[in-house]
Amino acid sequence: MSKIITDVVCPFCGTLCDDLEVTVSDDGKKLIDVSNACAIGAMKFLHSQADDRLTKPRMRNEDGSWRDVSYEEAADFSAKMLANSKKPLMYGWSSTNCEAQSVGSTIGELIGAQMDNTATVCHGTTLIAVQDVGVPSCTLGEVKNRADMIIYWGGNPAHAHPRHMSRYSMYPRGFFTAKGHRGRTLVVVDPRDTDSASIADIHLKVEQGRDYELLSALRVAFRGEVLPDVVAGIPKEKIYEVAEKMKKARFGVIFFGMGVTQTLSKNHNIDIAIQVTRDLNEYTKFSIMPMRGHYNVTGSGEVWGWQFGFPFCVDLSRGFARYNPGESSSNDLLVRGEVDSVFVIGSDPGAHFPFGSVKKMNEIPCVCVDPHITPTTVVADLHVPVAFVGVEVGGCAYRMDSVPIETHKVVDAPEGMITDEEFLNMVLERLQKIKGV
Amino acid sequence: MAEKIELNLISGRTIQQGVSMEAGKEKPAYRDACGIIELNAADIKKLGIWQGTNVRVTSLHGTVVVKAIEGLQKVDEGMGWIPMGPWANRVIDPNTYSTGMPTFKGVKVSVTPEPSGKVLSSLEVIEEGLAL
Ligand code: SF4
Repeated sequence: MSKIITDVVCPFCGTLCDDLEVTVSDDGKKLIDVSNACAIGAMKFLHSQADDRLTKPRMRNEDGSWRDVSYEEAADFSAKMLANSKKPLMYGWSSTNCEAQSVGSTIGELIGAQMDNTATVCHGTTLIAVQDVGVPSCTLGEVKNRADMIIYWGGNPAHAHPRHMSRYSMYPRGFFTAKGHRGRTLVVVDPRDTDSASIADIHLKVEQGRDYELLSALRVAFRGEVLPDVVAGIPKEKIYEVAEKMKKARFGVIFFGMGVTQTLSKNHNIDIAIQVTRDLNEYTKFSIMPMRGHYNVTGSGEVWGWQFGFPFCVDLSRGFARYNPGESSSNDLLVRGEVDSVFVIGSDPGAHFPFGSVKKMNEIPCVCVDPHITPTTVVADLHVPVAFVGVEVGGCAYRMDSVPIETHKVVDAPEGMITDEEFLNMVLERLQKIKGV
Repeated sequence: MAEKIELNLISGRTIQQGVSMEAGKEKPAYRDACGIIELNAADIKKLGIWQGTNVRVTSLHGTVVVKAIEGLQKVDEGMGWIPMGPWANRVIDPNTYSTGMPTFKGVKVSVTPEPSGKVLSSLEVIEEGLAL
């Protein structure tokens, strides 16, 4: 027999869908099926059941092969590595719950670590811009109930956040949006003909890397001033038309992605996108929101925000929190050879950092806490597989609009496996002993 | 064959990247989803190759062998797309310009046919890079 668990939260992307249904065996040990999730979310649940999953920590031998070790040995090794480092980097934190992030912060403070999360390669530039100019934002519930103009700028939700449009932005019928997608205008700004662009009412095919110019041109158009014939590959008539539509919307939202955060102008692109939003509030109601990637990267920024005052790139080496992206950011620290060990949790920098940084990680002691075998484990000296948050253990996560949502446990982890939080607490206890506190 | 073309490279998410990543980055499906470069048909023609031929992508920052295919989501002539992952990260621009953020999009690369080259698995891509 099996039972169905409803209202399950998907721990993959920042959309944090909370309407999944998961079928599990009666004894709660086997996950049988997942419905309502997108293909990525479903795979995340199903892969937790893989037969070839690692269930024991493994330590690297001299010859590069692995040997199984106990969680106690793994915690000993991690604590010693962190205690012996002058400037350790503790990186990741986005695919785990806020409870684990909080224990991590205590460790970071105790050892004077460099703390950074995946925003550093994702929406870090957004965080910088928000600190520069503020941000007029809203919740996804408001978008669903009120928004009649949706703009995806430099993002492809059909691929990266597959249920974002159906749950919140384009398709749902809300309180003031009873017509669903028929009452909404969709604009996609992207240099590629993406699947999201193909369903847009208007696709602004901006020249790659020229988002700043186009955003700037919109501000000119709002004021009815003169534009050159073509800006960033878009004819001026089109820019005036879209500007007018934006001004006439009842409630509009700009969702933006890596297309603006990772191109050359970086935080300046976001600065001006926020200014565009601010301008529009002279005429109507407009909001802006980053399409956060990992399901709890927002939570990591929130936890550090209230503990340290900064959402990423936190340098605790002087006994108080400093923040200086470019100096205290993971890739800069690694490339300049400024850190002497790295502790990775809830992320895979091996796959998602430029290779030069990965090479540096290989040259220093490295611990990787992750349920999966990943490119990071190739450069790790110790790999600690743990239970999947949101599948085998619950805990708090923050959706992309900074709404906290409690994730649920739906099945038991394989016997003997522990969680991120439990492992971090084991490391913390050992560090407290070593430091005599 | 053996033409060389210059492209503007961008990287980012695809749903195949997401699904195969969650199924296991050490598996061939992840390589098949991300060890590719999506090109415009005109650029494939310029290279004088068939779709599915392996090519070498080289930038100032590194080099990698991936499989050339016509864009699943069309890219314009002169543009290349490698899904985010260890293959793209062999060639993207690591400069952060004091923001902490490497330049993952808008990297000048050259592409040459390399039919005899092998597209490595994600773990092998790292190992190969470390051995250099
Ligand atoms: S859209 Fe995101 S949160 Fe929702 S099911 Fe898909 S991966 Fe999970």
